[in-house]
Amino acid sequence: MTALYRWAPWVYLALALLFIFLPVLVLVQFSFQGGMAPVPPFDGPSLKWWTKVLANRKITDGLWNSLLVGLGSAFVATVLGFLAAYAMARRQRRLNGFYQLLLMAPITVSYLIIGMGLQITFNYLGLGKSLWAIGIGHVVINLPLTFAILYSQLGEHQANIERAAYDLGAGDWRVVLEITVPMLWPSLLAAFFIAATLSWDEFVIAFLMSRFDVTLPVVIWSMLRSGLSPELNATGTLVFIISILAVGVVEFLLWRSRKQHA
Amino acid sequence: MPEKPMSDRVELRRVSKVYEGVTVVETLDLTIAAGEFVVLLGPSGSGKTTLLNMIGGFASPSAGQVLIDGEDVTDLPPAKRPTATVFQDYALFPHMSLLANVAFGLRMRKVPKAERLAKAAEMLRLVGLEGFGNRGIHQLSGGQRQRVALARAMAVEPKVLLLDEPLGALDLALRRQMQEELVRLQRRLGATFVHVTHDQEEAMSIADRIVVVNKGRIEDMGPPDRVYLKPASLFAAKFMGESNVLGGRVVASQGGEVKVETALGPITAPGNSAAGSAVHLALRPEQLLLSPHQNGVSLGHGRVEELSFQGTHCRCHCRVAGQDLILRAPVSAGLTAGQEVSLYAARTDVVLLQR
Repeated sequence: MTALYRWAPWVYLALALLFIFLPVLVLVQFSFQGGMAPVPPFDGPSLKWWTKVLANRKITDGLWNSLLVGLGSAFVATVLGFLAAYAMARRQRRLNGFYQLLLMAPITVSYLIIGMGLQITFNYLGLGKSLWAIGIGHVVINLPLTFAILYSQLGEHQANIERAAYDLGAGDWRVVLEITVPMLWPSLLAAFFIAATLSWDEFVIAFLMSRFDVTLPVVIWSMLRSGLSPELNATGTLVFIISILAVGVVEFLLWRSRKQHA
Repeated sequence: MPEKPMSDRVELRRVSKVYEGVTVVETLDLTIAAGEFVVLLGPSGSGKTTLLNMIGGFASPSAGQVLIDGEDVTDLPPAKRPTATVFQDYALFPHMSLLANVAFGLRMRKVPKAERLAKAAEMLRLVGLEGFGNRGIHQLSGGQRQRVALARAMAVEPKVLLLDEPLGALDLALRRQMQEELVRLQRRLGATFVHVTHDQEEAMSIADRIVVVNKGRIEDMGPPDRVYLKPASLFAAKFMGESNVLGGRVVASQGGEVKVETALGPITAPGNSAAGSAVHLALRPEQLLLSPHQNGVSLGHGRVEELSFQGTHCRCHCRVAGQDLILRAPVSAGLTAGQEVSLYAARTDVVLLQR
């Protein structure tokens, strides 16, 4: 009985992790497949699909487009999110609650609806589909997240630190640039990387807002239409690796800031 | 006769504060002399921190004026006032070294780098943190952070240093030590210190003058010994340490003495009050005596209900005529629980409280 109690949680944990990660592991494994089909039996390992991926202009272009849109939209979303959070946390206005609701609202709307709305708006304004349009869409969906992350970090303790700076003679700009931003630096980076990761993976808006320049998820989707291939596995693994790296950076930054504030 | 040896540094003139319909500070006046160590003492929510913030510029009075050295600063922001604040949570800049923290105010005043770093190092030396300049805030203990906050505020040489419960987060031994250091620093710098606390022992040990604040009003104001021994109000008597308070009615008043009818019988106390008015009498536990005092008053007979040994004295609860009286008896009196005792007090110790 005691042996069961001791082992059961571990067995459960192993099964749960297997359930989550098995598809990814299979995806990664079959990117090293030797033959034409990414299905068992495994006849690798071989790097031939990886070399094919890295030589495929469609994929490498999509990769750069995705990085560009991801980093650019994350930067804009972080800056706007910070400004909104700072205003909400430091300037008490009567309608603060209402503004916060408005800022957070896009998080409840499906990407499909946001994408359609943007498409209609851009059409009306006479703006074409482009990487810019995708970027704007990603700012729309990521702004609530960056706002929420940064708003949570602007508490009363931080307000006191800013007050101390004012008290010692610093003006508004100096307080924001020399105190608030450096103090929030780990959270700003975390917000930036979370926004970049979500943009990197995002398909629906990227699909609706693009025509000629497409991002990596859209490239993968168009490749999927012509059937499975280990080349797709290699591309997917590439996306996965870059996402994991970004998540790793976020975790490291948050861990370091927690250690600092302990 | 130097009637006013020190000039008025801070003056609150008819200030009040109403916040969202609630009166936090009732209309009041307060004057603080240059070089004075004033403690604003009161329970949380009494308005003492609001008063401090009015001087520092973090709160503006709803009405009235704030003057520093005769200059109206009511509408000036904190940066433009000759004040500096030490915050309760220290509010140190977490991304800067100790030296950079202390030098921050001087940097904002455009003091040349070499000069401000020298001054910051000097300030760190003054608070006992010499050679710690390159450390980060996170490497410091609570007491050390407190010292850095002090050094940072003092580095800009404020005319008035405002301290908002600066010792609240420290343990008792460290708090005692920092209290002594605060007094030493204040004497040395000759600056005016305004200190907010809810700890009456702290207030008594550091203040030149205590201002007892309750419900946005000044209950009492004066040197610690006077406020302790002759409190001006019932609240001040109860808040400044333990007091035995008896309710009663004045039956006679003449020649600077009143006779008050209480549950313990008639008691005579110094003071003037109209016959028939309801008053309170207060006596400190150490002012209750076990033997008659020359020209004293008798408080009647009672029984020791509880007692605890405190080293220097015994703290006893005595039941006298249905009243619970607290007494600090000398250990040599050898009291035991259940013992019958007679209690007395010096006539001049009895404090008449009319409000």
